[in-house]
Amino acid sequence: MPRSSIAVQSPALTTPLAVSLRAARLVYGGLILFDGLDLELAGGCFTCLLGPSGIGKSSLLRLLAGLTPPGVSGDLRGGDGQPLTGRVAYMAQEDLLLPWLNVLDNITLGSRLRGERTDRERALALLVRVGLSDCALARPETLSGGMRQRAALARTLMEDRPVVLMDEPFSGLDALTRLRLQALAAELLAGRTVLLITHDPLEALRLGEHILIMNGRPATLSPLPDLPGAPPRDPGDPAVQAAYRAILRSLGAA
Amino acid sequence: MRGLWRGLLTLAGLLSAWQLVVALGQLPPYILPGPWAVAASLWRHAGSLFDHAGVTALEIMLGMLLGTLLGCFTALTLGYSRRARRWLLPVLIASQAIPVFAIAPLLVLWLGYGMGSKIAMAMLIIYFPVTANFYDGLRHTPRGWLDLARVMAPVDRRWAMLRHIAIPAALPALGSGLRVAAAVAPIGAVLGEWVGSSAGLGYLMLHANSRMQVDLLFAALFVLAALAVGLYFIVDAGLKRLLPWHRVNPETTETD
Repeated sequence: MPRSSIAVQSPALTTPLAVSLRAARLVYGGLILFDGLDLELAGGCFTCLLGPSGIGKSSLLRLLAGLTPPGVSGDLRGGDGQPLTGRVAYMAQEDLLLPWLNVLDNITLGSRLRGERTDRERALALLVRVGLSDCALARPETLSGGMRQRAALARTLMEDRPVVLMDEPFSGLDALTRLRLQALAAELLAGRTVLLITHDPLEALRLGEHILIMNGRPATLSPLPDLPGAPPRDPGDPAVQAAYRAILRSLGAA
Repeated sequence: MRGLWRGLLTLAGLLSAWQLVVALGQLPPYILPGPWAVAASLWRHAGSLFDHAGVTALEIMLGMLLGTLLGCFTALTLGYSRRARRWLLPVLIASQAIPVFAIAPLLVLWLGYGMGSKIAMAMLIIYFPVTANFYDGLRHTPRGWLDLARVMAPVDRRWAMLRHIAIPAALPALGSGLRVAAAVAPIGAVLGEWVGSSAGLGYLMLHANSRMQVDLLFAALFVLAALAVGLYFIVDAGLKRLLPWHRVNPETTETD
């Protein structure tokens, strides 16, 4: 697929936006999940945050998305020192497609919520990019899980925000569909500042330009040495396999 | 098609049982007329039954319409404004402690013997199920959708959220409320007619009862039941058509 021909990217991306979170703290049920946590996302880079379930990954992501859950605090800014509000797109584990809207109306939901004009041309172009050009008028319930997540990806791109936050978006898919969607996401999100959280080490190794491991209680973040090669990496790559074993060892699973 | 057959079979069974009770019990027609007597009365009084049924049907439908509008408006107000919730919700719940039956005479006193008091009764009786169901639906918008919408439109756009997310998401719940409303609205109208009226199936039944025309009473009852069932099926079919995305979970439907 050609990478640049279609107008899916905008001037907003010419200067990638870094993200900085300082002194993040989450108390949940009297338990300190993390405290004094600092997170820096390099502008225009795909960062994966890897950690076991229940460690507070999702809460951290919600904090970055401005969905401050109760018990969470932290100082969040863009690399330009301004707040992140309105410059973030969010993609969750569930596709969150509205069942009463067709695919096209679903991916243009943001503009309608903001009371802006809807750019149908761009929406249709995006549907072509994610391989759903025939499904613009289909209802979500008629699509497969992989197609629904493609539509969610198109909706995320439609928002055209410099920062994209993804909460295990591919974990509900079968292995083959997951690999395809990972490649598609890596291609289409290039140039944006992406944080993808996952509990799957292979997914992090396949997609991450930078990989952070979140572990312990209170949780801390530790970076993994950057891998050679550009994402999406081949899961069978020896470097990926070696890093995979190292991660399992450090998480105490092997 | 199989459902229709099942329905007809059930009806035939009930009619046979009825005939059997009349035949075995040697009951006089002014206590319990047989199905044939009722059918004959239905035929004989078809014209007047039709007229009175028309009055009752109009009362039910206007009551449904007004009650639904008022109920939706209340639910939206409650869903939109926290202050309205604090002030209105306790009043709404307390109001349900007053039985509608108890205020029927008052309504007739205030609104007269005409249709107004019956429409008001039907409206009052459906107002609460519509409001409660719709409001419940508005309160239980799936969190993921709200999160997504909040990230998309971070400045306070409560009305846009309500319009694009919460209201459509609550429509299936409103649908449940409307189904209940369709089932109870006839009660309201007939109750109003019993308290005081000059037309309608309730009036006809009361009249027939006092003149020992029990066969006519049964005929009117039959028409009323047909009206109520018809209304329910119309509402149900309309909702299925309007909310095609809301399907019953296939795993919970019957398998025989």
